[in-house]
Amino acid sequence: MGMTITEKILAYHSGKEYVEPGEIVEVKIDLALANDITAPLSIEEFEKTGAKRVFDPQKIVFVLDHFTPSKDVQSAENCKRIKDFAKRMGIKHVYDGGVCGIEHALLPELGLVMPGDVVIGADSHTCTYGALGAFATGVGSSDLTFGMATGYLWFKVPESIKFLCYGKWNKWVSGKDLILHIIGMIGVDGALYSAMEFTGEAIYDLSIDSRFTVANMSVEAGAKNGIFPVDEVTLHYVKDKTVRGFKIFGSDPDAKYREVIEIDVGKIGLKVACPHLPSNVKDVEELRGVTLDQVVIGSCTNGRIEDLKIAAEIMKGKKVAEGLRCIIIPATPKIYLEALKRGYIQIFLEAGCVISPPTCGPCLGGHMGVLAKNEKALATTNRNFIGRMGHPESEVYLSGPAVASASAIMGRIAHPEEVL
Amino acid sequence: MKFRGRAFKFGDNIDTDVIIPARYLTHTDPKVLASHCMEPLDSEFSKKVRPGDIIVAGSNFGCGSSREHAAIAILGLGIPLVIAKSFARIFYRNAFNKGLILLESDIYEHVKDGVEIEVDVREGLIKAGEKEFRAKPIPHFMIELVESGGLLNYLKKKLELGG
Repeated sequence: MGMTITEKILAYHSGKEYVEPGEIVEVKIDLALANDITAPLSIEEFEKTGAKRVFDPQKIVFVLDHFTPSKDVQSAENCKRIKDFAKRMGIKHVYDGGVCGIEHALLPELGLVMPGDVVIGADSHTCTYGALGAFATGVGSSDLTFGMATGYLWFKVPESIKFLCYGKWNKWVSGKDLILHIIGMIGVDGALYSAMEFTGEAIYDLSIDSRFTVANMSVEAGAKNGIFPVDEVTLHYVKDKTVRGFKIFGSDPDAKYREVIEIDVGKIGLKVACPHLPSNVKDVEELRGVTLDQVVIGSCTNGRIEDLKIAAEIMKGKKVAEGLRCIIIPATPKIYLEALKRGYIQIFLEAGCVISPPTCGPCLGGHMGVLAKNEKALATTNRNFIGRMGHPESEVYLSGPAVASASAIMGRIAHPEEVL
Repeated sequence: MKFRGRAFKFGDNIDTDVIIPARYLTHTDPKVLASHCMEPLDSEFSKKVRPGDIIVAGSNFGCGSSREHAAIAILGLGIPLVIAKSFARIFYRNAFNKGLILLESDIYEHVKDGVEIEVDVREGLIKAGEKEFRAKPIPHFMIELVESGGLLNYLKKKLELGG
């Protein structure tokens, strides 16, 4: 019996020839990640266990991206504590200040994640790295502590669901629209405990940035991981970033899937997830009456250069609607600099946008754009739960960068063709 | 492991942002986190609930972020157990790692808010008045994890043994 890419990576990292769904395996970890919210708990626990050292200081990464630049005294204390711990343990991969970016955009950019890796992160969107053909999954602080101390963690091998995508992509439609379409179809627990494997001819046409977006939101369907095949697009992306070797895994033709879902991407238009679940998905055309107070373009989901390119194309020479705040957050310093070189930042400033340093900030109602009671936002982020971006009676709509930038101009949810 | 407490009902897809909003995540103290538990849905929840009470919910309880603060906030209120139709996977691991027991059972539609529930975890038996329900068995090693004081006590023992 053949294996899926997820099963093969888990088998290889647990020293087995063969694994099957439901089996419990102890898996070797290539990289363990935490941020300024989850690392303090992990460190507190690590110290309580009496552990003296981490399993490998080179394989642990702390990215201080959520409430930074520190929004208050407590968050500053947390960052300081993380940096003190890293120094004691000899952990060099600590990203703060001018080298800090949003973790799931930053790590691939730095070449810290490679195809075939097993990555655990105390952040649910760790699944983003599946775009590179890695097994990557979010864990809590206790599991991370265990992984940091021992270098391995137990997992139940997940069943896989195959999303076989074919057809030609419509104009403006990106990875965000595909994943919102899928979550709308299967629901927020449609892939609970499972691996979501994205494949088919239309997937090979998808850019790496769009693949990151799709894998990123697989957790929003309840998945353990989202994963893509490794192809020329992947290899082109990693080739000048890696200083170490990697192993490429691929699904066997006779691999077993819980379900195969075929999707004609030519039938997917621009999508918006309405409050208060990422599965509450509608076509943008149905939502033109919804007025907005804030638009956010950024996050680990959609803060990459392709996203900013789309936004700049739509906003060029135009003004943000009066009374609306449009906040643009390049996900990493490198993306910020590239956007600056290409003239996107000037376009955004002239349009009246606020440019934020790389941070998760408003996505989780932390800072840099928190909503007041009854305010409505459209964001390229990943969650629209009750109170996610601020007041419990505020509302968040989710979309890709094309709809978000057109909506910022119109002051209401809009299709890009309305402003061009 | 047997429990008895009042049921506090919540619906489907109760996410970690409502269990503990991100603005409180600068804290790690269970008491502070507990005082804001479920705040966006019911700002009085932390005052109404008593140690030993039980949360009863629909499907996909604990979806969303990986914040272990969610399990800590619930435990901080003295709630030992959540019964739901299903649980999100990161929350599921976090809860058992911290010693919060989760039982999968479809009792949400069948019990009223505030009724007293009796639970025998090992037997997988839930009683609410005259009604009896079965819970999906918890994997044996998850029970062991809770009984040994959570994942980190397990790690501590392992390190002491030089493992």
